Amino acid sequence: MPKDHGIGAASKRREDVRFLTGTGNYTDDINLPRQLYVHFLRSDVAHGEIRHIDTGAAEAMPGVKRVFTGKDFEGVGGLPCGWQVTDRHGQPMQEPAHPVIAQGKVRYVGEILAAVVADSRERARDAAEAIEFDIAELPAVVDMKAALAPDAPKVHDDLDGNLCYDWGFVEENRETVDAAIREAAHVTTLELVNNRLVANPMEPRVAVGDYSRADDQSTLYTTSQNPHVIRLLMGAFVLGIPEHKLRVVAPDVGGGFGSKIFHYAEEAFCTFAARQLGRPVKWTSTRSEAFMSDAHGRDHVTKIELALDADNNFTALRTETHANMGAYLSTFAPSVPTWLHGTLMAGNYKTPNIYVNVKAVFTNTVPVDAYRGAGRPEATFQLERVIDKAARELGVDPIALRRQNFVTEFPYATPVAVEYDTGDYNATMDKLEEIADIKGFAARRKESEARGKLRGLGVNAYIEACGIAPSNLVGQLGARAGLYDAATVRVNATGSISVMVGAHSHGQGHETAFPQVISEMLGIGEDQVEIVHGDTSKIPFGMGTYGSRSLAVCGSAMVRATEKVVAKAKKIAAHLLEAAEADIELRDGKFTVAGTDKEVAWGDVTLAAYVPHNYPLEDVEPGLEETAFYDPANFTYPAGAYACEVEVDPETGKVTIERFAAADDFGNVINPMIVDGQVHGGLAQGIGQALLENCAYDENGQLVSASYMDYAMPRADDVPFYTVDHSCQTPCTHNPLGVKGCGEAGAIGSPPTIVNAVIDALHSGGHKVDHIDMPLTPSRVWAAMQG
Amino acid sequence: MTKVSMTVNGEAAEGEAEGRTLLVEFLREELGLTGTHVGCDTSQCGACVVHVDGRAVKACTMFALEAEGAEVRTIEGMANADGSLNVVQQAFQDHHGLQCGFCTPGMVMSAAALLDETPRPSEAEIRDYLEGNICRCTGYHNIVKAVLAASGQDAERIAAE
Repeated sequence: MPKDHGIGAASKRREDVRFLTGTGNYTDDINLPRQLYVHFLRSDVAHGEIRHIDTGAAEAMPGVKRVFTGKDFEGVGGLPCGWQVTDRHGQPMQEPAHPVIAQGKVRYVGEILAAVVADSRERARDAAEAIEFDIAELPAVVDMKAALAPDAPKVHDDLDGNLCYDWGFVEENRETVDAAIREAAHVTTLELVNNRLVANPMEPRVAVGDYSRADDQSTLYTTSQNPHVIRLLMGAFVLGIPEHKLRVVAPDVGGGFGSKIFHYAEEAFCTFAARQLGRPVKWTSTRSEAFMSDAHGRDHVTKIELALDADNNFTALRTETHANMGAYLSTFAPSVPTWLHGTLMAGNYKTPNIYVNVKAVFTNTVPVDAYRGAGRPEATFQLERVIDKAARELGVDPIALRRQNFVTEFPYATPVAVEYDTGDYNATMDKLEEIADIKGFAARRKESEARGKLRGLGVNAYIEACGIAPSNLVGQLGARAGLYDAATVRVNATGSISVMVGAHSHGQGHETAFPQVISEMLGIGEDQVEIVHGDTSKIPFGMGTYGSRSLAVCGSAMVRATEKVVAKAKKIAAHLLEAAEADIELRDGKFTVAGTDKEVAWGDVTLAAYVPHNYPLEDVEPGLEETAFYDPANFTYPAGAYACEVEVDPETGKVTIERFAAADDFGNVINPMIVDGQVHGGLAQGIGQALLENCAYDENGQLVSASYMDYAMPRADDVPFYTVDHSCQTPCTHNPLGVKGCGEAGAIGSPPTIVNAVIDALHSGGHKVDHIDMPLTPSRVWAAMQG
Repeated sequence: MTKVSMTVNGEAAEGEAEGRTLLVEFLREELGLTGTHVGCDTSQCGACVVHVDGRAVKACTMFALEAEGAEVRTIEGMANADGSLNVVQQAFQDHHGLQCGFCTPGMVMSAAALLDETPRPSEAEIRDYLEGNICRCTGYHNIVKAVLAASGQDAERIAAE
């Protein structure tokens, strides 16, 4: 019998009611008295010298309050980068200045050239048309390898070329790995591209800056996954506003997928302009602007070599990756191709020797940063593609080759610096074989072939590092922030509870799932618990939501704070029951004295805490409110195995996904309904990457996929029903809930599965195709079939 | 600016609009009905779907002035008279057919229009009809299930087949 409340129950989401009735409160729904609107004039060339900007005509237009250019931001801080990577030679990465509004040069199509503030959106837009500017266009660098040529145009004149860093990991192992590859019985090599993507949450970014002269207080309403991070970065590094004078509010946020982690120029501008003008300033991104101003994702080019011995054991792995940073370093960009990617190159396998080289490159394109999975999809894609190719070359079953090399004993210290605490990769593979009905594939292939279609089966195994992250560890790796989280559990006098959390919910369902945990711990109804998030004036300093960390890190803080509440409440109950504290038990919302029928209800204890007439005031303070900060001891390591069956139309190259199955191990699960939904969404994004989505630039740096007419988003008729299972559970050993995180898995595990399936289909039709770069559009697949 | 009046969710509504004001802008900014969302600028995403004279319309494809005298229904007007969720809304909650909620108003309006036209749609018909509504969160699985359930079909069984 499934539980109807608490941990493990499929509780329906309480937040749905407002979203289903049009009463959500998204940032664009916020309008303040005397509000002004900003329209950003953006560069339409990828690289150029700003010779002249004349804003006079625009400023004379009706309703225009002021036009800002780069000059207005001289002396104002630039956008900071939150992670410093150290290169192979022990030197810090090259880190260019990142102005709020372009100064001297523009470096990508979409960079802000000027900002018009007017009394309506239309008037601001009209006036932007009247700005006169002269930009001397310079040659642009778009291709990463071309950008590293000695005579390539420089994105930043004051840097030493376009190489941000040349990272080696683990550098000391380089020669050992080279030797192991030289001595191998078999080496499989693959060159592949991890296509550039745009996160595309359905809500475009919005910022509303406000300033109160009465108390010198700035407020920013923004579409953010982590309001405290924005407050810290913008206040301390960009605008110089002390934190007690700056409030950042992220209300209902319509999806993020990483793209709303970062601190963006538009947020800083609206906050700055509101102070300058003494009136609220609002910006609402259009989708076209989003394509050229939201940080992009992925964009890696990799050569990977997998070495095997004569018994098909993996003996070494060597990769060389070029990672596109775009024109500037977005907030966490340097960490993605390094610590979120290199550390996952062991995958689920006991490969003893691994060396990862990453060259991060500046180009005249939109900055690139974390997108759902962030580094881990790139690692998984290479590894699971090269393993599949190796299996084909060696004539062995791809599942058997994986199983033979799986890590089976835990904890397992990889040669790339992380330690997996728990897992059971054979169990998830067993489960996958069952739910995907791998045995039935041959019959289904025959049936497809009878209809003139090629059918392929692709499998993979994946692992990810989530629950980001131990602060002392990431500090050593270059993070300029801690990665703990925080929760305050405020028990009200009548027993209901408000929990203020540092995590931010923008689709993940925290408002429903977090109360399930407290309900389980205290034995009170879920409806007695409310979650407060997204407002720095209400919540403790937490780091927000990304990296599948909300429950593993912030949820752990909430558990710790609740444990403190229980400890204090037991002291109060002991007093009320005239018993020893050690004998007090809390069960089903009641405190009892062990071995007796004496009891006092939860609500009576909480009331006593706030009306302390009969109360142990000499031992215990009044009130019942506790805060905990939780810093994880390790990453968590969700893992699993996926299978996909595709049909390929040999006439057109069109790929359709016929079946998709995912067997995941997320450790303990709080709300299985929400977990299923997270996996579904990740799978669709992975299907999008594999078959549809591509952020494309031409050779001049023009973004040619800047709308939904040109960038193919997955739609309802592009995807099947999925079969998902998370019954294989090896709980995390180091957080109190035993949870691992589920938000990114689907996007990490699915792209290689799909490509493996397409390659399998093509081989079944006699097409000896080793690889096709994503997205596997009909034209690319058809061209591959033609040889 | 021109005066424009229409019936919105059963009540008379009027306001001012420029010739270029889109219906969705009029609903959000002039009438304060912010449940209807804007997710793109090329009429692709469907977050702004409303019903105009009983038909599902992307409210970014129509000028406010074109809706003069029309009968408009938005997400704010979809719940039952007693305030409870209607059958489509309830199915979306029951089947976890939404996550961030941003595409949801348009998705519900489209789904309701589909069920008006086709009371028992097949999975393929649902996917085809919702092709003009983009959701980035759910992977569509639970949206399709919700629409199947709202039409009285056994969503669990159909999804498992």
